[in-house]
Amino acid sequence: MTGLSWNLVDDVRQMLAFHFMLNALRAGTIVAVVAGAVGYFMVLRRQAFAGHTLAVIGFPGAAGATWLGISPVFGYFGFCIAGALVIAALPSGGRPNAGLGGYGEESAVIGTVQAFALACGFLFVSLYKGFLSGLNNLLFGTIIGVSDNQVLTLLIAGVICLAMLAALARPLLFSSIDPAVARARGVPVRLVAAAFLVLLGVAAAGTSQVTGSLLVFALLVAPAATAARLTARPALGLSLSVLIALAVTWVGETIAFFSPYPIGFWVSSLAFAAFLLATTYRAAADRIGRRQPRGSTSPTDAGITATVGAA
Amino acid sequence: MTRTDAVNEAVSTLSGDEGDATRAGPSSGEAAVRTVVVSLENASVAVGGRTIWSQVSLEVQAGQFVAVLGPNGVGKSTLLKAVLGLVPVSGGRVTVLGQRAGRGNAAIGYLPQRRAFDPGTRIRGVDIVRLGLDGDRWGTPLPGWLRGAKGRAARARVAEVIDLVGAGGYAHRPIGQCSGGEQQRLLIAQALIRRPELLVLDEPLDSLDVTNQASVSALIQQVCRSQGVAVLLVAHDVNPLMPYMDQVIYLAHGGAVMGPPEQVITADTLTMLYGTPIDVLRDRAGRLVVVGQPDAPTDHRLPR
Repeated sequence: MTGLSWNLVDDVRQMLAFHFMLNALRAGTIVAVVAGAVGYFMVLRRQAFAGHTLAVIGFPGAAGATWLGISPVFGYFGFCIAGALVIAALPSGGRPNAGLGGYGEESAVIGTVQAFALACGFLFVSLYKGFLSGLNNLLFGTIIGVSDNQVLTLLIAGVICLAMLAALARPLLFSSIDPAVARARGVPVRLVAAAFLVLLGVAAAGTSQVTGSLLVFALLVAPAATAARLTARPALGLSLSVLIALAVTWVGETIAFFSPYPIGFWVSSLAFAAFLLATTYRAAADRIGRRQPRGSTSPTDAGITATVGAA
Repeated sequence: MTRTDAVNEAVSTLSGDEGDATRAGPSSGEAAVRTVVVSLENASVAVGGRTIWSQVSLEVQAGQFVAVLGPNGVGKSTLLKAVLGLVPVSGGRVTVLGQRAGRGNAAIGYLPQRRAFDPGTRIRGVDIVRLGLDGDRWGTPLPGWLRGAKGRAARARVAEVIDLVGAGGYAHRPIGQCSGGEQQRLLIAQALIRRPELLVLDEPLDSLDVTNQASVSALIQQVCRSQGVAVLLVAHDVNPLMPYMDQVIYLAHGGAVMGPPEQVITADTLTMLYGTPIDVLRDRAGRLVVVGQPDAPTDHRLPR
């Protein structure tokens, strides 16, 4: 691979001269935007486990497709979307539980499916003989070998996914935070939940193609969790989540280009670093906030009692 | 006045005396002027094949603060759900604001039985309140400054209800970091934001300490009076509500009695309702204790 000259402009130009690198950056950009946006809602809904399962289900899809001589892209999307529909159809998959601010999950069912999916993927890999480096790429990602067609497929899937998310956003936020009230207000909570799982499947399938099935969370969870620690405003949190995902992807792919180590490692490490920084910041900010006197609540309570008492 | 008659009529309806056409409600000229917000006519509800309550008839007037009381498992929440149209009635009729009960009625503000927000929920109180205004509409909201007058009006309305419940001091904090009483006020603001004519609250005092139970009850009465909204509130302890409520619906034994608290929560009425001897005791502070309820002997215990 080429050397690093420490002249950033030159380095970037040198990197972009390679078509595979251009494609990797294009794919990474699409995937980061989708994963950052969908991931924000996934973290809010506490459906990280479902997201992880969908990513893992993509692995047998891609391995099976390679074994059959089809493009792995179709394997990823086909299996992830089908998996999302199955989880949505589970008795508890899309139904709100009694808790506020999040969803419960049938973790036992999902966990069982996850193990089975990984096992099937490994079977397909062994059926397709001489595929050992392919196994690593499917699980941990690669920056070489993103084709023009794959970028186009990702772009189409990403645009559809974002358009659907934009159409759903407000009732999705409502039913994620308070499903019981949303239902009473006429939001079709189950339908929204099922639609979101499909979007999650698309995001997981897309992200898998850059980071590999096992490191999807570097883009799907870490940026969203980081953003949530930095702000409690929904719009700002969503934007931050997308920006962090983009930054982590671009920097990660660049470092991977100039170093002998794989992209999945760099993207995950950067995302982890961002998460650690945000967690430290949150802890410090909460501590400072707690040290200031919290006089705002009790006078308000007393005020209302007094008003009513006087009336 | 017809209060005693109303109770007795309700009791007779409960005991299956359907021939009596008059029900608890506006039987006098003065009462007939007021609008009926909720009315149940011989309504029955069955969940999973089991009849929860049957032949219940009652009316809630505009601007009334009505508490729904009774032992656990008697169908208090089910009554609210029937009013909201979330549970179908198996018999009779439930009319809300002039139409058959149905889902998604914008004129009803609803607070389901409270579970506190997880401490890690990082969404601000104002965002939760705002969702009550337009959270059920499809799409993504544009930023306020892009929406012009409409956006300003929405923001002003959010500020107004937050002010009304006295939540200004903590509305911009993540809701997970607010106390139970603070969360409850914000949720009441959310329920009020569309200027509902009926506020339906399921055990809003449940997870609160005694001081907050009193101040939230006072707040609900204040809202009820100043906004002219009828309140239907489920509680399992009558005492924090005693100074504030107008009427009581007492559910027990598959039926209901409705009337002013001092006439419903009496040994005679409750004995009639349960069909077994019930005593209502009053301590020196004026707090009520209902003794002898067959289903839930620990109910209506004194607040410590």
